[in-house]
Amino acid sequence: MGRRLADLFQGHPRLTVAALLAAPIGWLVIGYLGSLAVMLAASFWHLNELSGEVTQGFSLDNFDTIFSDEVYRTITFRTIGVAAAVTVTDAILAFPIAFYMAKLAKPRMQSVLVVAVLLPLWSSYLVKVGAWRLMLSEDGAINWALSPFGLHGPGYGTVAVWLVMSYIWLPYMIIPIYAGLQRIPDSLLSASEDLGAKPAKTFRKVIMPLTFPAIVAGSIFTFSLTLGDYITPANVGNKQFIGNVVYSNFVANLPLAAAITVIPIVVMVIYLLIARRFGAFEHV
Amino acid sequence: MSYANRHPARFAWLLVLAMVGVLAVAGCGGSSDSNSDEVTSIGQTEGALNLIAWAGYAEDGSTDKTVDWVTPFEKQTQCKVNTKTASTSDEMVKLMRTGQYDGVSASGDASVRLIEGGDVSPIDMSILSNYADINPSLKDQDYNSKDGQNYGMPHGWGANVLLYNKDAVQPAPDSWGSVFDPAMASKYSGKITAPDNPIYIADAAVYLEATQPDLGITDPYELDEDQFNAAVDLLKQQNKFIGEYWPDATKNISSYTNGDSVIGSSWQYQTSALQAAGENVDADLPKEGSTGWSDTWMLSSQAEHPNCMLEWMNWMGSPKVQAQVAEWFGEAPANLGACDLTSDPNHCDTYHAKDEKYYDQIAFWKTPISDCGDDRGSVCMTYDQWVQAWTEIKG
Repeated sequence: MGRRLADLFQGHPRLTVAALLAAPIGWLVIGYLGSLAVMLAASFWHLNELSGEVTQGFSLDNFDTIFSDEVYRTITFRTIGVAAAVTVTDAILAFPIAFYMAKLAKPRMQSVLVVAVLLPLWSSYLVKVGAWRLMLSEDGAINWALSPFGLHGPGYGTVAVWLVMSYIWLPYMIIPIYAGLQRIPDSLLSASEDLGAKPAKTFRKVIMPLTFPAIVAGSIFTFSLTLGDYITPANVGNKQFIGNVVYSNFVANLPLAAAITVIPIVVMVIYLLIARRFGAFEHV
Repeated sequence: MSYANRHPARFAWLLVLAMVGVLAVAGCGGSSDSNSDEVTSIGQTEGALNLIAWAGYAEDGSTDKTVDWVTPFEKQTQCKVNTKTASTSDEMVKLMRTGQYDGVSASGDASVRLIEGGDVSPIDMSILSNYADINPSLKDQDYNSKDGQNYGMPHGWGANVLLYNKDAVQPAPDSWGSVFDPAMASKYSGKITAPDNPIYIADAAVYLEATQPDLGITDPYELDEDQFNAAVDLLKQQNKFIGEYWPDATKNISSYTNGDSVIGSSWQYQTSALQAAGENVDADLPKEGSTGWSDTWMLSSQAEHPNCMLEWMNWMGSPKVQAQVAEWFGEAPANLGACDLTSDPNHCDTYHAKDEKYYDQIAFWKTPISDCGDDRGSVCMTYDQWVQAWTEIKG
């Protein structure tokens, strides 16, 4: 049986490729893109007013609601704003850590640090958000630590959402930058120094241009993950994000939820197009 | 070896049940005169039961070994119970419409939708022996009956009360104005809480009904456009002072424990839990009255195991189970016979189960539909409009 199969593929490279790729491509097209297509189709459906059941048929009602209702614009800008803030924060926090890991730490320390960075990902996301909820509460650890200085923590709200998201997605920024920095040969840095460049100039002219694609790659994670999240805002925020509106509608009004989901998709497509111009997909 | 040989007792039970079922069918067959859809008898049980329930409504001992009313039911009826826990009324409606479930513990904001959509079956309640002992106030209500037909067994109820921290809120509030009137609410700015649920719009309507009689609100769930907009505006104004919209009872409790919330709409359950934990809180029913929930076990019109579901309804209506579930969940039992069986003898007093004056001040949840139910006609705002407005309120 095995022999006959082997004979079959012998001299038929196309057949070999087809057999190899059938399963993953099938999954991609049917499971992955298929569900996306169903969702996009659902965004044009609408609810029957009397029974509240979904009626299939083309209508632009949902998009009309999203564009004409100011609240959806406010929510979209709020979400994009926080996603951008989280991305910038994570980039600023991640770079020094990644630089130390890639260029300064000894190999043993390096692996310890990689584990330390990845460690939070091993615990449940919900538990981490729950822990932050406790820390941010009125009688929580943050207010306790700040009170000797006469300060008061942010409490629950958009600032808290920004803090928690920056914490949760940080590893997704550190790892790509770390990988990007590792790929820069030390000889390049020595050459820059030999040619008389001061450390600041080496950083600006050599390290930054070479790691920028990696930062952009990391930012895709932090930005898109923040854009779609609803659990953090529900736990430590008091305002809605795109994900919350999708969540609150997906049972009561699935077509509207599907239409709202189009917003982050469009935002991400634009973001990815910009990221591609910065070379984010060339080495990663 | 046959089943009868291996399990003689069980087999005998099955036989008895089967005979009772046959007799019931024969006996009741002719008496169905109202509606051909109405269920008028209980037949032989089908061996399985698929439920949709609120957390804590169908406990089988897996949460707490001593809290179990599912296992004895399974022993008695041979119906193996599978429970799907739902966390919102919207989810319950959605699940019921899949047709894969036999019944649901529907709150009023789900039950009207289910009745209107034909998702549940009317039942001749006289076939359920425990129905006779159910609190008459809970029978034949808008949320569990239509056109004189009943749609299930009342489970229990609770009011939405004004819960406050006694240290932070003085004197004790007696009006919803303390969370709605800007002059009063601004005192607790950032520490006011409200349930994260579109049906909360009705709470604003209850307040407006008392404070702005010009609007002519008679039922907080039947709001025409003007009345609805007034309620939504009130809530948008309140949004400035809200610290958090609570999504579930646990978070609501932790917000009071951690000092993030000091006043807001809550349930007796949270109040009792906080008091038991030593928190200095109290709750009352404000003078404007309040909203509340009253749940009903309903039979799916597509049920695969209707007889098991009918047996379950009757089981849930029995005094003993009523006492267990009312104490476990924290609610007023529907069967007042349960009041003598609760382990805390004051349970029914705490939850005002027998207090009719209290009950009369509560407007129980029901799904808003376009038919206003009076001479205004079909101009009322529908539930999906409530949901959209809720998004706008939260901003």
